[in-house]
Amino acid sequence: MESPSAESFLRQMATLQALERELTTLSQSGRLRGSLHLAQGQEAVPAGACAALQPSDYLTATYRGHGYVLAKGCSLDGVLAEILGKATGLACGKGGKMHLFDLSHGLLGTNGIVGAGVGSVVGAALTAKMDRNGRVGLTVFGDGAINQGHVHEAMNMAALYQLPVIFLCENNLYAEMTPLHRSHGNVNLLERASSYGMDAIQVDGNDPFKVYEVVKKAVDLGRSGGGPTFIEALTYRTVGHYQADAGTSYRTLEEIEEWRQNSPIKRLSARIGPDAEKIIDEADELVHEAVERALGSPDPDPATALQGVFA
Amino acid sequence: MIAATTELSFRDALRKALTEELERDDNVFVMGEDIGRYQGTFRVTEGMLTKFGERRIIDTPIVEPGFTGIAIGAAMTGLRPIVEMMTMSFSILALDQIMNHAAKIHYMTGGQATVPMVIRGPSGAAKQLSAQHSHSMEGWYAHCPGLKVVAPATAADAYGMFKASVRDDNPVIFVENPGVYTIKGQVPDDVNYLVPFGKAAILREGKDVSLIGYSRMTHVNLAAAEELAKDGIDCEVVDVRSLTPLDTETIYESVRKTHRAVVVYEDWKNGGYGGEIAARIGEDCFDDLDAPVVRCGGLNVPMPYARVLELECIPDVKDVIEKVRKIR
Repeated sequence: MESPSAESFLRQMATLQALERELTTLSQSGRLRGSLHLAQGQEAVPAGACAALQPSDYLTATYRGHGYVLAKGCSLDGVLAEILGKATGLACGKGGKMHLFDLSHGLLGTNGIVGAGVGSVVGAALTAKMDRNGRVGLTVFGDGAINQGHVHEAMNMAALYQLPVIFLCENNLYAEMTPLHRSHGNVNLLERASSYGMDAIQVDGNDPFKVYEVVKKAVDLGRSGGGPTFIEALTYRTVGHYQADAGTSYRTLEEIEEWRQNSPIKRLSARIGPDAEKIIDEADELVHEAVERALGSPDPDPATALQGVFA
Repeated sequence: MIAATTELSFRDALRKALTEELERDDNVFVMGEDIGRYQGTFRVTEGMLTKFGERRIIDTPIVEPGFTGIAIGAAMTGLRPIVEMMTMSFSILALDQIMNHAAKIHYMTGGQATVPMVIRGPSGAAKQLSAQHSHSMEGWYAHCPGLKVVAPATAADAYGMFKASVRDDNPVIFVENPGVYTIKGQVPDDVNYLVPFGKAAILREGKDVSLIGYSRMTHVNLAAAEELAKDGIDCEVVDVRSLTPLDTETIYESVRKTHRAVVVYEDWKNGGYGGEIAARIGEDCFDDLDAPVVRCGGLNVPMPYARVLELECIPDVKDVIEKVRKIR
């Protein structure tokens, strides 16, 4: 599998950027309620990682995982309608922003509980191994989640049973609003993962090509029966943890500005040259039209609240 | 034609069901602590590793959230895991995975995903396992939408309800009170004997008071009914069997006949599932009642260790009789 082109990566990343911009507008105008967790500044990780997966491979992500959902191939219309709580959403409006599932694209869920989706992917990888179906599972979580016991339990078991899993940790230096050194006894995340007996690799998470390359290697290892890999993608969230957090009370404006100037979209645009602007404009338009369609979609019938508790 | 039966203990019936379901469907597998090489602390998985091998009988590290989470992912992707909790008290560690994930995934996905898994294990007091090993967990799970919860009392129900649990497409909490493992009963010789959920059983007919319970308390109720019969009080024993779905119709029918009800459960009386059953009777059968619905539950204390103290905390025949005499 060849690496996608720079243009293709930019299209993916710009779509996520546009989606988050639209959602911010909707949230600020009160048309979108509840928590909204954005990933601006981190767009290269999902673009690079998902390009190394097949459509049938398994994925779980976090409440900040809209980029993974789109890059895995899930329908933009279905995602937007779900985020807006519409009947036409991926889960008919029952899951919402933090619970995006699309089994037809191997998406076993974004998750509202920090670190909790990791076990599902390890379980899916167990299915892959037992059924010998050749699939792998990728789970993405943040540097905060690596303090959760469940993440460590899952890493240990994936290594123990030699399951085809990629543990992709987005290290954006802050667990919600707390910097690493205030929440991690050992800030060397590679050491913590490698202690379970798997390869642990660090990568520049703001370069989609580099992310693709390490994830591809881990995917190949998993598919060939070589077990799990841990990847730490260094990145930075240039916005707050969620819509109510400006992100400036625990970080300096200079720090944020420096990362903004070096954002993955800016870096990639510079590499592409004049065509980049056109790609970004197209993505903006595509997403804007999808938002209009989603806003015009019907709300769920209230009677459906009682339906679908059991299979 | 009456089907042939064999006398088995609850435990042997459960093991037979488990074995047959593993034989029937290659997607079924078992995971848990010390279930394979050690063959299970309560011996339900005895002989399984030899028969089915490591691919399907998976010894796990001691990590309830970890292996429960993995089972959920496996269930979402086509397998049918059976998770053994060494005791249901330990499932408290996995509450997030059970309540926040297993129970909600079908609903949260708008029906895209199913989680066909069984979580089974001993729930309630054994003998002097004390405060942290004696929880009755079924009420906690029955409180949560999306989980089916069954608590059979007899060997035949253990057999037929376990098979139904494995074949169900939802997460099922299968509750085994340690006190029922050795109780024997006739079990049908039928590999497809399924006891459907949501159907209570009348184990003894009576006209004066309904004794409503599940799992081991059904046997306590039967013994209490024997005693009370000597004094001319004719009790009907309703074995609830399935907490979710709950067969209110059979319970209400019994209450409409006897006009009096005692709900018996081992869980803490305060907030236990028997309280829900009592509330429903009060709400829906008010005009049929000749006395308040009475709860007979466990004492509201952490389970003490000393045997005399432990016995003091668990409803017994004497307690049930006392409650019946209050309203009759």
